[in-house]
Amino acid sequence: MTTTAAPRGSKRNPNRNPNRRAKLVPTLVLALGGVYALAPVLWVVFAATKSPAELFSTFSGWPSFNGGFTGNVAALNDFGDGRFWLWTMNSLIYAGGGALLTVAVSASCGYALAKYRFRGQKLIFGALLAGVLIPGITLAVPQYLLLSEVGLAGSYWSVILPSVISPYSIYLCRIYAAAAIPDEMLEAGRVDGAGEFRLLRSVALPVMLPGLVTVFLLQFIGIWNNFLLPYIMLANDDRFPLTVGLYSLLNRGASQPALYTLVITGALLSIIPIVALFLFLQRFWRLDLVAGGIKG
Amino acid sequence: MSDVRPAARTVRRRRRGPGSAPYLMSAPAIALFVAFVLLPIGYAVWLSMHAMRVTGGGFGIRSEVFVGFENYLTSVTDDALYGALQRMLAYGLIMVPLTMGLALLFALLLDAPRVGGARAARIAIFLPYAVPGVIASLLWGFLYLPAVSPITAALEAVGLPAPNFFGEVSIFFSVANIAIWGGVGFNMVVLFTALRAIPAELYDAARIDGCTEWQIALRVKVPLLRPALVMTSVFTLIGMLQVFGEPTTLQPMTNVITPDWVPLMRIYQQAFLENDIHLGAATSVLLALVTVLMSLAALAVFRIRAVRSGQ
Repeated sequence: MTTTAAPRGSKRNPNRNPNRRAKLVPTLVLALGGVYALAPVLWVVFAATKSPAELFSTFSGWPSFNGGFTGNVAALNDFGDGRFWLWTMNSLIYAGGGALLTVAVSASCGYALAKYRFRGQKLIFGALLAGVLIPGITLAVPQYLLLSEVGLAGSYWSVILPSVISPYSIYLCRIYAAAAIPDEMLEAGRVDGAGEFRLLRSVALPVMLPGLVTVFLLQFIGIWNNFLLPYIMLANDDRFPLTVGLYSLLNRGASQPALYTLVITGALLSIIPIVALFLFLQRFWRLDLVAGGIKG
Repeated sequence: MSDVRPAARTVRRRRRGPGSAPYLMSAPAIALFVAFVLLPIGYAVWLSMHAMRVTGGGFGIRSEVFVGFENYLTSVTDDALYGALQRMLAYGLIMVPLTMGLALLFALLLDAPRVGGARAARIAIFLPYAVPGVIASLLWGFLYLPAVSPITAALEAVGLPAPNFFGEVSIFFSVANIAIWGGVGFNMVVLFTALRAIPAELYDAARIDGCTEWQIALRVKVPLLRPALVMTSVFTLIGMLQVFGEPTTLQPMTNVITPDWVPLMRIYQQAFLENDIHLGAATSVLLALVTVLMSLAALAVFRIRAVRSGQ
C-alpha cells in the first residue's frame, strides 16, 4: 500500500498557519454547510426514537426517550418475516459482488490499455470514453428488455451484471496504472521470466491497490445507492435492495401512516453501515485520482 | 522466483507473446460493454423504429412492424414530454449552479489559510454522498411534510407562517435541494483534492505581489481548477438529465409531482404504465442523444475557454 503513496497535500499545505487565529466568516460559512449536511441525518436519528403515536404529536426536533426506538426496531424486525434484513443482504450482494467484479474487470482492462500498445487500442478506449457520456440510467429500459428476452430479468444477475461494466472505473484504472507502474518494473519481471498474466497479478495489481480501493468504494456506493436499475429489473420484493424496498414501504405508508415509523427506522439502520464504512475507509480514498491530478 | 527456467519461459512468451495478452485482459470488459451498453443501445434504436400493429386483415393479430421515425414524431410532439423537459430545466437551473457554486465555495474555504474546523466540516459535508438518493428524498420528504417537519414546527412556534414545500413553484426548490444536499460534498472533495495538487510557490508569488487571499482564490486557484471544474460540471449536468429517484420518492407525499414530472419519469410511464415500449425506446434514444450532445458541448465550451486563457 505504501509503495506508491504520492505526496499528500496535507503534509505540505502552505496555507495553514496554526499560530494565527481562525478567521470568523469562512469558519462560520463552513459550519453552516456542516449543519445543512447533518440536519436531516440528525432528524432521522430523533424520529427513529419515536413510537408511531409520538411521531406526529411531539416536537420533531428533539428525541423521545420512551423506548420508541426498540419498539420500532422490533416492528421492523417483524415486518414481513424480517424482509428488511433480506433487503439489507440483497444490497450487500449487489453492491459488494458488483463492485468486486467491476474492480477485477476494470483493473485488467485499464492495465492493458495503459501498459500495452496493440491494434484496436484506440478504438476500445474511444468507445469506453463515449460510454462515460452515455447515461447508464437511460440504458436501463433496453437492458431490462434484453434481459427479459434471455430470461434473466428479475434475477440477482439482472442487477449485478449491468452494474459491472463501468467505463469510468476502467478510465480511472488506466490513469492509475499509467502513473503508478513504471515500465522498468514490468521489464524486470519479463527478464525474470514472468508471463504477462503473472506480471498483471504479481506486479501490477499490488501496486494498483490504493487506486483499486477507490474504484471499489465509488462503485460500492454507486450500486448501493442505485434505485432505477433494480426498480425496473425486479418485480419480486424478495430480491429488492434497500432503496427499492424502503421506497415500496413508503409508497404503502401513504395510505397507512403507521408504516412511516418503519420507513424512518429502516432509513436510519440502512445508512449506518454505509456511513461507517465510508468514514472508516476515508483515509484509503485516492480522490486525487478522480480530480485528475494524480502524480505517481 | 529463483527456480524459473528462463529459457523455457522465454520460448513460451515468444509463442504466446504479449500480443494476445492485452486482448485477453480487456476481453471481459469489452464483452460486458457490448452486452450491456452497445446491445441495449442498438436494441433501443431497433425498438424505436417499430410498433405493434394489427395486421393480417380482420383477424386482429398484433405484430411488430417497421414504422420508421413515426415513434420519434410522436415523442417529439408529445406535450407531456415537453412539460417534463420544462420542469427538468427549471429544476436544473436551481440544482446545477447551486451544487457547483457551493462545492467550489466550500472547497476554496477548506483550502484557505486559518479556517477553523476544516477537517470536521469536510467530513460532515461529504457525508450525504453516502446516503442513497432515495433515502435522502425520504428524509427530506419528511422534513417537508407539515405534520412531522421540525422546520414547520419551529417557524410556527415563533409565530411565523410555515412555507409550503409542496407548492407549484416551491416544489422545484424542494426537489433540487435534495440533489444539492447529496451532491455538494462529493464535488467539493474532488475540487479540494485538485486544489491540494497546485504547487505552493504560486501562492507565495501572488502574496509577494500583494494579492489578498480572496484574489488568490479567484485569480489563481479557480483558473487552475478548470479541468476538475469541467469534469464535475459535466457529471452534475448528466445528473440533471437523469433526475428520477428524488421526484419518484416524493410522489406518494404530494399531488404536485405527476407521474410524468421529468423526462425519465415520462419514459418509465410510456414504457411500463402505458405499455408502449416502442415509444419509450424512442424517447430514451432522444434523451441519450441530448445528454451526449450537451456533454460534448460543455466539454467544447470549457476547452475553448481554456485555450483562450492560455492554459
